[in-house]
Amino acid sequence: MTATTRTVEVELATQGIGARGALFRVPLTATPSGEVVPADLVPGSEPDMGNERMLINIGPQHPATHGVLRLVLELDGETVIRCVPHIGYLHCGFEKIGEYRQYNQIIPWTDREDYLNSMGNNIAYALGAERLFGIEITPRCTVLRVIAMELSRIISHLVWLGTTAIDMGAFTPFLWTFQERETVYNLWESWVGGRLTTSGSRIGGMAADLPAGWIDGLKGFLRSLPKTLDETDRMLTRNGIWVGRTVGLGVMSASEATNYGLSGPMLRASGVAYDVRKDFPYLDYETYDWDIAVGTKGDVYDRYLVRMEEMRQSLRIIEQAVERLPDGPVNVDDPRVILPAKSKATSEMESMIHHFKLVMEGPRPPIGECYVATESPKGEKGYYLVSDGTSKPSRWRIRPPAFVNLSAISKMAEGHLLSDVIAINASIDIVMGEIDR
Amino acid sequence: MSVVLPGAAQPQNTPDPVTPRAIVHRGGDVNPSVAALRAQFGASIGRDSVTWGETTLWVEPSKIRDITLWLRDDPSQQYDYLVDVTAVEHRDTSLPIEMVWHLRSLPYRRFLRVKAALDMDAELEVPSIEPVYKSANWLEREVYDMFGIRFAGHSDLRRILLWESYAEGFPLRKDFPLRGRFSRSEQLSQALSANPEAPYSMEELSVADAFHELPADMRARLLNERTGN
Repeated sequence: MTATTRTVEVELATQGIGARGALFRVPLTATPSGEVVPADLVPGSEPDMGNERMLINIGPQHPATHGVLRLVLELDGETVIRCVPHIGYLHCGFEKIGEYRQYNQIIPWTDREDYLNSMGNNIAYALGAERLFGIEITPRCTVLRVIAMELSRIISHLVWLGTTAIDMGAFTPFLWTFQERETVYNLWESWVGGRLTTSGSRIGGMAADLPAGWIDGLKGFLRSLPKTLDETDRMLTRNGIWVGRTVGLGVMSASEATNYGLSGPMLRASGVAYDVRKDFPYLDYETYDWDIAVGTKGDVYDRYLVRMEEMRQSLRIIEQAVERLPDGPVNVDDPRVILPAKSKATSEMESMIHHFKLVMEGPRPPIGECYVATESPKGEKGYYLVSDGTSKPSRWRIRPPAFVNLSAISKMAEGHLLSDVIAINASIDIVMGEIDR
Repeated sequence: MSVVLPGAAQPQNTPDPVTPRAIVHRGGDVNPSVAALRAQFGASIGRDSVTWGETTLWVEPSKIRDITLWLRDDPSQQYDYLVDVTAVEHRDTSLPIEMVWHLRSLPYRRFLRVKAALDMDAELEVPSIEPVYKSANWLEREVYDMFGIRFAGHSDLRRILLWESYAEGFPLRKDFPLRGRFSRSEQLSQALSANPEAPYSMEELSVADAFHELPADMRARLLNERTGN
């Protein structure tokens, strides 16, 4: 009987536990007596491949790269020696286009960068532009924006959860999470008309006030989501395959994560309790009662736990926001940026001229610049706007959290197995629309 | 591993941060790091201003690595987080092109914008701060890709969003037309006649077999480059 060789990593891609209860992460081989032992205990059972390196290419068209990311991996056996990411396949020049658009016309472009969080981007951009115009939004708008941003965070994390579970071979959570996401898309649709690309905000307010019954629909979602989260939690958190494929992978220590500029769940999983909503608050986030989810190990499993907990915390914030939602106008009473009512614009000459000038010329902020950061599902999403006093920004810069997070993938992937690269890449929660812009 | 709390370096009686209200256009509290930088670096530090509540500090471009290194390591500053590296070119061409670094101190909860003016007539080059912040690696590559500003001392300065053989220039410069330098049909014919291997950099094609045929400097760079370390 000849000895057969098999590699456990290929089958499970994880640290397994041998028959004697010991961890192994080495190729196994069978002895003539049929016992399975690590191959290095049996001399000569593995051919010496020397220093032969293999170069493989993943992507840009590959479902596990979550878009058009391309990774070039140099492999020694199955161990990644070097990982060179290539991006830019979705580069559209958003920042260049923004220099040719009025401030309100940029909002649809913010939908399309991080398209899983379009409402959050709309509002983040509006916050930046309002700082540049010196506008204080109304109390009702502040609370509505909190609800919208947290809902947006939840659906972005739900997509992350579903697709990452698929990457690791669990299909069912994908169906559950996308079912929940559908509810929120219906809510978006009834509020602003769009589902994926919402364009929900305007400088000085929102595209529309809530339609009748919207809060009831939201409460239905608030009741159903915890069940889905609990179900997914039961399915994954203590699942041997899930744990085995995520624990100990892509570890970043707190100081490394800070130095690499990670933000959002990636940074918090490494034990740095930095959240823009707590440390540089906006939209009165300091008045809500909620906690930051922080990991301890900084591995893929911690990032999963952090995102799961963030969804629950977002639910807490939304519940409080619904309680306190005040009546009153959504848009500020500022003729510099807000259009007159449609009925007036079609019946009064002054309002029509006002409407015409705002649409054709656009509002003009004073000369200045500002950087306004918000906590997007991926991390610190900031908009840096430079105004030269005209109706179009002379520079519109998106601070892309996923771009900076992805830049650490070489550091995280090197030394791990090829199949673990998929898990590490998934844990970053990349959206190529935002990375390439 | 213990949890790192932002704001930990502030004195205990500092109130928790709140959403800023009624921010004025010009003026306001200057970031205290500005005075400390002046004491440390003297003439390398230029004017400072506060716009919409954010402090902007102008510095000598050649000193940026020393300044960020000091800001990161000095216990009374601890700017441990690089938010963003970008550049601004103004429509008014008489103004210089600006490098912009956004820095955060998590322990002190401070935000500082550092700017440096680059002379448009000279070669656009500043020191890379990649040795100080690893996150600068890709951010500086993007600035190089979009503006053509070179970063001295960067470990791997090549285009990032555009491909390496891109020949039209630097898109975010104001003299670059919105739709590119070539017409659609010209772009299409270029794409069809391009070598499909061209988007693969020499590095990638080389790792497997052609390593020894590479130019000596690229070989040295590849040997030194263990991305991430």
